[in-house]
Amino acid sequence: MTKTIRIDGNTVPFEEGQTIIEAATAAGIYIPHLCHHPEFTPHGSCKLCTVNVNGRNCSACTFPAMEGQEVLNNSQELQADRQKITQMLFVEGNHFCPSCEKTGNCQLQAVAYHLNMLDSHFPHFYAHRELDASHAEVLIDHNRCIFCTLCVRASQEHDGKEVFAIAGRGINKHLIVNAESGLLKDTDLEATDKAAHICPTGAILIKHTGYQVPIGERIYDHQHIDQVSLAAEQNK
Amino acid sequence: MTTKIRIATTSLAGCFGCHMSLLDLDERLVPLADLVEFDRSPITDIEHCTNCDIGLIEGGVCNSENVHVLREFRKNCKILVAVGACAITGGLPAMRNFIPLEECLAEAYIHGIGVENAQIPNDPELPLLLDKVRPLHEVVKIDYFLPGCPPSAEVFWTFLNDLIAGREPSLPYESVHYD
Repeated sequence: MTKTIRIDGNTVPFEEGQTIIEAATAAGIYIPHLCHHPEFTPHGSCKLCTVNVNGRNCSACTFPAMEGQEVLNNSQELQADRQKITQMLFVEGNHFCPSCEKTGNCQLQAVAYHLNMLDSHFPHFYAHRELDASHAEVLIDHNRCIFCTLCVRASQEHDGKEVFAIAGRGINKHLIVNAESGLLKDTDLEATDKAAHICPTGAILIKHTGYQVPIGERIYDHQHIDQVSLAAEQNK
Repeated sequence: MTTKIRIATTSLAGCFGCHMSLLDLDERLVPLADLVEFDRSPITDIEHCTNCDIGLIEGGVCNSENVHVLREFRKNCKILVAVGACAITGGLPAMRNFIPLEECLAEAYIHGIGVENAQIPNDPELPLLLDKVRPLHEVVKIDYFLPGCPPSAEVFWTFLNDLIAGREPSLPYESVHYD
């Protein structure tokens, strides 16, 4: 007999070893997320996929699906929590969408649209962060890094390299690269690496391609992230 | 006799792009003018706002005059609206927040290409710059936010019609953009 959990009252089958978000995705249910990617080990850091399981909040990307779970996902309260989390991500970094070449293709922005985020609510940090334009083909703009570690995981688990890591803790947390100079050009990163293409924001960009697709014709200009995300992740 | 809704508008540290977008209402400005009258606004040249229903503010807060104007709006408008990316996040002017103010001024007025008679302007009538550009909600309470750079005419139309009709304004998904 198939094992099942319930998400917002709907019965959802799961296979042993699946996380809640994997079972939900397979059943066509979108749970907002940024640091989760079906190809990589879960990290559970962005907390956008917070769901309520039998009365307790937990991250759907790390929590295993188990028989008898009653999961709340699309509740007003959780969506409000997720909106606040997204606002915190926006004020912690420097996300100036009008001047960012990722605008319209950015998952952080698209999740914010999905959550109907109209303002940043909190005071902006305006943290001073650096730009690393040293690499010939790939650019790092630390202003836009949300520490999801997708580049770290993609480099290790897919590319078989160790190009990226997160250093420091709390407010001093930052993305570092594997070179004594601290510069991307001195790493073995190539523009064809998965790690160079996985960033959900505009923190890691491929140079010379920014405006090939005009603003207004980009992914999330016309499609909602729930549809885009489900379509992509169900095909994995 | 019906009383018209009184609207005041201003641009603080903005580029007037949001005002241009408001004017993109084009022929819809005619039916709008039947419902509203403009108080203080670049459209009317009235210097101070009094007893307004709606205040639309474009741009963030970059100097002492912006702070005074913003407070005047808050005091005189029942509903205060942050219009556009700069009003909501500080926007492009806030990109100077990572450079010390003295360096910004020196770059513009001392070391800039083609500068003659180099000096930093210090006329007492000039408002002093703040050390950082701030979004409106960090200075006064803001009631509504219209994101976009600029928000489209459609956003203004939907929002103002909702407000004037006494409905809680809500923007359709398609009209919410940060760029």
